[in-house]
Amino acid sequence: MEYIQQLFEQFFGTEWGPMLFVLAKDLTLIVAIVVPLLLGVAYLTFAERKIIGYMQVRVGPNRVTFFGIPWLRGWGQPIADAVKAMMKEIIVPNSANKFLFILAPILTIAPALAAWAVVPFSPEMVLADINAGLLYILAMTSMGIYGVIIAGWASNSKYAFIGAMRSAAQVVSYELAMGFALVCVLMMSASLNLGDIVNGQQGGSFLNWYLIPLFPMFLVYFISGVAETNRAPFDVAEGESEIVAGFHVDYSGMAFTVFFLAEYANMILVATLTSLLFLGGWLPPIDIAPLNMIPGFIWLLLKIAFMLFFFLWFRATFPRYRYDQIMRLGWKVFIPLTLVWIFVVGAIMQLPLSIRNVFPLNLWF
Amino acid sequence: MSFQDIVFYFFATVLVISALGVVTSRNPVYSALLLVLSFVTCAGLWLLLEAEFLAITLVLVYVGAVMVLFLFVVMMLDINLDRLREGFWKWFPFGALLALILVVQLAMVLMGGQFGLDEMPRPPAQAADYSNTKALGLLIYTEYVYAFELAAVILLVAMVAAIALTLRNRTDKRSPDPSKQVAVKREDRIRIVPMAPEKKK
Repeated sequence: MEYIQQLFEQFFGTEWGPMLFVLAKDLTLIVAIVVPLLLGVAYLTFAERKIIGYMQVRVGPNRVTFFGIPWLRGWGQPIADAVKAMMKEIIVPNSANKFLFILAPILTIAPALAAWAVVPFSPEMVLADINAGLLYILAMTSMGIYGVIIAGWASNSKYAFIGAMRSAAQVVSYELAMGFALVCVLMMSASLNLGDIVNGQQGGSFLNWYLIPLFPMFLVYFISGVAETNRAPFDVAEGESEIVAGFHVDYSGMAFTVFFLAEYANMILVATLTSLLFLGGWLPPIDIAPLNMIPGFIWLLLKIAFMLFFFLWFRATFPRYRYDQIMRLGWKVFIPLTLVWIFVVGAIMQLPLSIRNVFPLNLWF
Repeated sequence: MSFQDIVFYFFATVLVISALGVVTSRNPVYSALLLVLSFVTCAGLWLLLEAEFLAITLVLVYVGAVMVLFLFVVMMLDINLDRLREGFWKWFPFGALLALILVVQLAMVLMGGQFGLDEMPRPPAQAADYSNTKALGLLIYTEYVYAFELAAVILLVAMVAAIALTLRNRTDKRSPDPSKQVAVKREDRIRIVPMAPEKKK
């Protein structure tokens, strides 16, 4: 690494060399995060089709083999889908606002990928180890909604517009509950840095994870996450039985695929954050010999996969919520619940040290 | 020119151009989107001043929530540009006077010598582990706690007032009550009647 830095300094001079070296290093690391993420997205769609297939007593995709290996039937499907999407024509409707129509998918995928900059994958593996990491992720995920609104408006179509309006109101409502649930987490960890939050859950076993003292907040956060990503059973923004396909009804080819990629990248992000904030991130469930030999990165991946399974399970199980019921759940159930829990956590934190050192409380406070 | 200067001038240029675009754009949706852009670039400038908490909060609150609702409303309006421009020349002198007063006031404040580069030097660089959030929290909840609480109460009053103004019970509407629907039990909807099995002859 230092050799490359010296090479940069020789080539661009001592003033610009270090700057350009940092730039080149960060770009390489960004590629190292985004490429596996997009591969993960591709195979998440495959996992979704397979898992929901088996839940509905079907087989799912089983035709396209992976490089002709006969027992990997269906494993080439995501690649075939990607190639198909790239080949298709991007149709821009006549009366659409062309500039915003093309801009919308970009505005959807950019925050979905940018949020990954501060996600730590193990104590050392993090691109930007900033103080306000959690706040940054909240800001980035809240910007994703612009793509949806602009897509709905620029399409100049009633169905797309209704989908965009539904999505905007829903995401803004659930962001509040999500933020309040995260306030509980950062009250307990006293830090906005994701690495520090995971380290705050250290202590020998899964009993120390924030999952246990903050179990209602875990539920609120995860369900709000499902609502934020517009996934079933909260997918009224797409609602194919009512408004065809919602905000992306007029999109085709790669433009549509970009919306799709953003949705799945956001799903993986919510699953990752749930694992980091509530399930102890890279910490093993019990800190004993065979379990703590496995690298932390693998534990994190396992937890992410576990949380992602819930997304798919929800989609196969629950019918779609009615819109007024979605709003009721967000405003009248989740927000009061989170406010009460903030109060409870705050009250426990104010207890004298002698009480906080008694058995169940000393695990977390 | 160092790297930071280039970043500063880039953000500053984008900020000024987009802010001009907000007032000159004919399409209100473009205006709202340009306002979003100016908020984001402004957050970038704050980041250069090492105010990361304020910068991210600006994006989170204004871009993530306020402007979404703004856009929501603007997109639903059916704006007729001809009608908007109808009284332009009639109101022009009034608007010009207001603008002039504003410019004079700003000039009096900004040119008074309190905002020169000597009075407002670049803040000293902090260590990498310095937490902006913690520093701000300590100030808000100790020194400025009354002002902070007062602002919170004013916001709460405004929120209650806004809800009270728009909350009205219409008598001509029929809508289901989701709480009742969720609370329904099986016994409320179906009745199982025991019957002796019938025999076919």
